[in-house]
Amino acid sequence: MSDLFDILLSVSFWAAAIRIASPLIFATMGELICERAGVLNLGIEGIMVIGAFAGWMAVYLGAPLWLGVTAAMAAGMLFGLLHATLTVPFGLSQHVVGLGVTMLATSTSYFAYRLALPEVTSPPKITPFAPMDLPVLSDIPFFGPVLFQQTALTWAALICAGLVGFVLFRTPLGLAVRAAGENPAAVEAQGLSVTGLRMGAVIVGSGLMAVGGSFLTLSAFSSFFFEMVNGRGWICIALVVFGAWRPGKAVLGALLFAAFDALQIRLQQTPLGAHLPYQAFLMAPYLLSILALILMSRRAEVPAALMVPYRKGER
Amino acid sequence: MTDPRDVVMRLDRITKRFGALTANDAISLTLRRGEVVALLGENGAGKTTLMNILFGHYVADDGRVEVFGQPLSPGNPRAALAAGVGMVHQHFTLADNLTVLDNIRLGTESLLSRGASRAAARARVDRLSRDFGLAVHPDARVGSLTVGERQRVEILKALYRDARILILDEPTAVLTPQEAEALFATLRRAIAQGLSILFISHKLHEVMAIADRCVVLRHGKVVGEVTTAETSGAALAAMMVGGEIALPEARPATAGKVLMRLDGVTTPDKGAAPGLKRVTLDLRAGEIVGLAGVSGNGQAALADLISGLILPGSGSVTMDGPLARWSPREAIRQGIARIPEDRHKTGTIADFTLTENAVLEGYWQPGFSKAGLMDWRAAEGFAQGIIAAYDVRCPGPGARIRLLSGGNMQKLILGRVLEPGPKIILANQPVRGLDVGAIAYVQSRLIAARDGGAAVLLISEDLDEIMGLADVIHVMSEGRLSPGFPRGSKTAAELGLWMAGQGFDHAA
Repeated sequence: MSDLFDILLSVSFWAAAIRIASPLIFATMGELICERAGVLNLGIEGIMVIGAFAGWMAVYLGAPLWLGVTAAMAAGMLFGLLHATLTVPFGLSQHVVGLGVTMLATSTSYFAYRLALPEVTSPPKITPFAPMDLPVLSDIPFFGPVLFQQTALTWAALICAGLVGFVLFRTPLGLAVRAAGENPAAVEAQGLSVTGLRMGAVIVGSGLMAVGGSFLTLSAFSSFFFEMVNGRGWICIALVVFGAWRPGKAVLGALLFAAFDALQIRLQQTPLGAHLPYQAFLMAPYLLSILALILMSRRAEVPAALMVPYRKGER
Repeated sequence: MTDPRDVVMRLDRITKRFGALTANDAISLTLRRGEVVALLGENGAGKTTLMNILFGHYVADDGRVEVFGQPLSPGNPRAALAAGVGMVHQHFTLADNLTVLDNIRLGTESLLSRGASRAAARARVDRLSRDFGLAVHPDARVGSLTVGERQRVEILKALYRDARILILDEPTAVLTPQEAEALFATLRRAIAQGLSILFISHKLHEVMAIADRCVVLRHGKVVGEVTTAETSGAALAAMMVGGEIALPEARPATAGKVLMRLDGVTTPDKGAAPGLKRVTLDLRAGEIVGLAGVSGNGQAALADLISGLILPGSGSVTMDGPLARWSPREAIRQGIARIPEDRHKTGTIADFTLTENAVLEGYWQPGFSKAGLMDWRAAEGFAQGIIAAYDVRCPGPGARIRLLSGGNMQKLILGRVLEPGPKIILANQPVRGLDVGAIAYVQSRLIAARDGGAAVLLISEDLDEIMGLADVIHVMSEGRLSPGFPRGSKTAAELGLWMAGQGFDHAA
């Protein structure tokens, strides 16, 4: 038990939780934008893979890190465009299209990686984002190392969440996006384009998902390997529900999940780890997330037109 | 009035075809400043198509629309809004999870701007509410509003955008008589401020009350244009249907024994829809009981209860003794004919054939299945019988039912439930959305069933229909049931007060 308290009071645990949460925050914000506009984007898992790959590849080929992030975003937006075109103007099933996009983006990434680096056995490394060492701030005891020795991309994730919240709830654009997810007929009747709003939301959202993927290669791991996204996209879909489609709550959810993840790694190294199979620890964050999801999302208000394609003139 | 500068909107030979059907055939119409023009016509006469063209949801094949002398660019709601045309749709275009203010502001500010302050927007909405008598709280969630309040939000949306022309599509269809009066008061204020109104309806007495002129549509064509002061309801009705149609006139009933009795029945609320609150009701052989009320006041719970979909929470339901068990199938076994409220969603399965739909309720009965196998020949014979006896116009029993018009679909449902000779008929909005001919047919069948000794429970939001058909009228409000009023003992206004929830407090 004292092991648990030691972990919870350690700087490294909290720093790790925020680091692990960063890619989830990006991708969750992306999914949240899509769903607020009425489109479920199941392409998220694959778009994170293509983001991880495109960002890494750009930097591997010599681009600066921020250009790598931009490349990841552009790749994500491209697959977002594909998803949006099929689901919005064509009104195809969002489930089928989303899973298709995930498979296409994932295998495209792996295929391109193999084509580009046919002979490689151990994944080559790039120089990732370094932790920022802000003077004064990072010297604050406890909070300094936890908050101010993170990479720039982590900060970008937190700023991104604030921005998404601001745009959705404080601007005419956000109002229009939310209305498109609630009742597209209302948007149409007020002279706005449902197609434009929904496509825009899916494309921008997909861009953010890809940036979340690129965090893995450009900030966390410094190389690209298969299966590295490992279900994080699906977790983000659950986090959107957990957060009741609100950016602030979704960030809390991401932090909670990440904290569980950081905790289980550390618990494996305690005496408890000698008694329990390590798979039980790996399972823990997911089990706890499911539990939290059940408790938190009971009263959530789903966007009323989520997954309902809109066709002009139909009632 | 003849000054051409007074003309605010002119429709010139608007034509719209859907395949072989010409929904609008060279329709011309003029609307002047401060004038109310009613567009009258039956369902399918082309009213909705015309409105969708005006507002830019459809593009006309031919003809043009001018607003304030400028041609209106087709197929663009934004252009219609910018030109000062505001539309109040019959099916409200509001987002339930947003506030009233957000619904009104939606689309009024540039999307890439920071947006005007909420305080300024709220002040403007408050002022419009006061000026036009449209009381509604700007910060309320639309989902929590009543139907009447939602309509006020729709009107506010148009006024907020400085609409000079209001188009209202069947605005009173969902209102109590009192709410409709309040709406008319608002419209009169709007006219006084120089707005012009195009009012679409098929309710003659409303049209006579508010419109200056009536334009009558039939089969997509303008068949008449008259000044309201110089015509009568009967003349307009004849113009609408192209001849006299005699609505069935019910002979007084001779009520027999009680076939079903609800005693102090209470059912749980279902979300926003109230359940029944200590409802006591007798359904007698040979009597039509009319249930009036604004939709969403517990009618659904009562219909579900009688259909066998829900059980009473407390209180008792008796049919020749207390019910031992209760389920949809048990209701069918006990001889309850169910004409559901929504013939598309719950009455039929769109992609099933007429035959399949005809036996949906009875496929398990010995006549249609043997040893667990369907007897399709018997089923098709049954469907053929209904098609012939109930005059269902269709390609044949093998056609998918989605190809049928609403009236023909309803005739098939009528046949399905009436052929077995039911004891009790639950008719929930049986003529909603039907044209006058089909209405007369359905109503005459219900009267015939009553005269044959069946008990009929007629649920309708249309007070005229209830008052015309029912031998006893009850009113429902928030799950409570008023006492039964014999035919002719209450005026529409008196029933309207009950519909608004007054009277229940003094009632026994």
